Amino acid sequence: MTLTAQVIALLERLEQSDSLEVLQVVIEELCTNFAIDHMIYHWVDSAGDQYGCGTYSAAWRDRYVEQNYLRIDPVVIGCYQRFHPVEWKRLDWSSKAARAFQAEAIAYGVGNQGFTVPIRGPNGQFALFTVSHSCDDATWGIFTETHRRTLILIAHAFNQKALEFEPGRRPEQARGLSPREVDSMTLLAMGYSRAQVAETLSISEHTLRVYIESARFKLGAMNTTHAVARAMSRGLIVV
Amino acid sequence: MLRYIYGHDLHIFPKLRDAMFRDRADQFKTRLGWDVSVDDTGAERDSYDELNPLYVIWEEPDGSHGGSMRFLPTTGRVMVNDHFGQLTGGVRIKSPRIWECTRFCLARGAGAHVAAALMLGGGEIMENFDIDHFVGVFDARMVRIYRMIGSSPDVLGSQGQGRDRISVGLWQFDPTAKATVAQRAGVSAQLSRQWFDRSFCTSHAQNLVRTG
Repeated sequence: MTLTAQVIALLERLEQSDSLEVLQVVIEELCTNFAIDHMIYHWVDSAGDQYGCGTYSAAWRDRYVEQNYLRIDPVVIGCYQRFHPVEWKRLDWSSKAARAFQAEAIAYGVGNQGFTVPIRGPNGQFALFTVSHSCDDATWGIFTETHRRTLILIAHAFNQKALEFEPGRRPEQARGLSPREVDSMTLLAMGYSRAQVAETLSISEHTLRVYIESARFKLGAMNTTHAVARAMSRGLIVV
Repeated sequence: MLRYIYGHDLHIFPKLRDAMFRDRADQFKTRLGWDVSVDDTGAERDSYDELNPLYVIWEEPDGSHGGSMRFLPTTGRVMVNDHFGQLTGGVRIKSPRIWECTRFCLARGAGAHVAAALMLGGGEIMENFDIDHFVGVFDARMVRIYRMIGSSPDVLGSQGQGRDRISVGLWQFDPTAKATVAQRAGVSAQLSRQWFDRSFCTSHAQNLVRTG
């Protein structure tokens, strides 16, 4: 199975479960698939409560909480103020506290390399999706260059799932597609080419691409084919 | 030069920041007559400026503001979804691969190269942050400027007539257009990349600014 197929299979497990625990199961398997040391998803909901799942050791998690490292962690501080994906080495590790924190994180097996995707969701919701590893700069550079786009999509697929657990959230808010998106997905499911769909809906192909991308994101899918399959299995489109 | 500055860091560049908000007032309120709010200091700000957006700013050689624009990810709150749903076929445009670009502003008397340089900055963001599309709100006057610099958007929908016509448009990354835009901006691709890296390879330079 290709990596994309593995990722899609795992995201389907997320999709089919309505328990929060499945996030942990899936992130562990994803981490194995990518052959890296760690993968973490950390989410602050609109009420300010924190949740997380991931592969860091229990010892490091406890230490982190006990020392309240949220205050000095350059990844958290840096990502809270940004929304582009960040290479850890580009963050500000210059303070004495940050350097000590980094040395300790490495001792606990976090790794010397990291890449974090900050996520800005609805109503000020905020989350971080991180991969970390122990290797030299060149190896890590190749890894992030190769997988950056996929990791960004996984980050948001996790977040879309996590949002379903937001208290007081109605499922249709999370899962709804607009009529235009439904039309686009339906025609694609019927085997129309993009050009034919665009022509049928009297929109440009560029506009269609944006509609499809928007629907893909809302469905937590990895690509257009996956998005169409999800729209069908959720009963959002009928062919 | 082009600077990429998050709202959170604008205080490091007070002169540029103040000039940007003043020039926005001059463009949107005085010249275009948009219904925007301008404070006692003559600065035009809206609620999206409070969401820590990413500003791309053209700084003139003398340190003044030549032009700027503002970016926010469409996964959070953005203007197109909050106010212009009727122009996007009812689709709430949301994706980590689509950012919203608003408040495209040129200082009075800014040359055509400034608009081109800003578009070049947009291209750097797309290329380096895996952004496939920008969605933006713009007025009739900008249509001509975008065409002039070789970066015309795909219009999703429009409302209003003549000078008051407001549109929602889409841009996508086109490597061939990048060369044209770079040429119009009078900036080499290499230098543009250097400015981008300088802004995002944060830490040391900014620490020096903070302490200096």
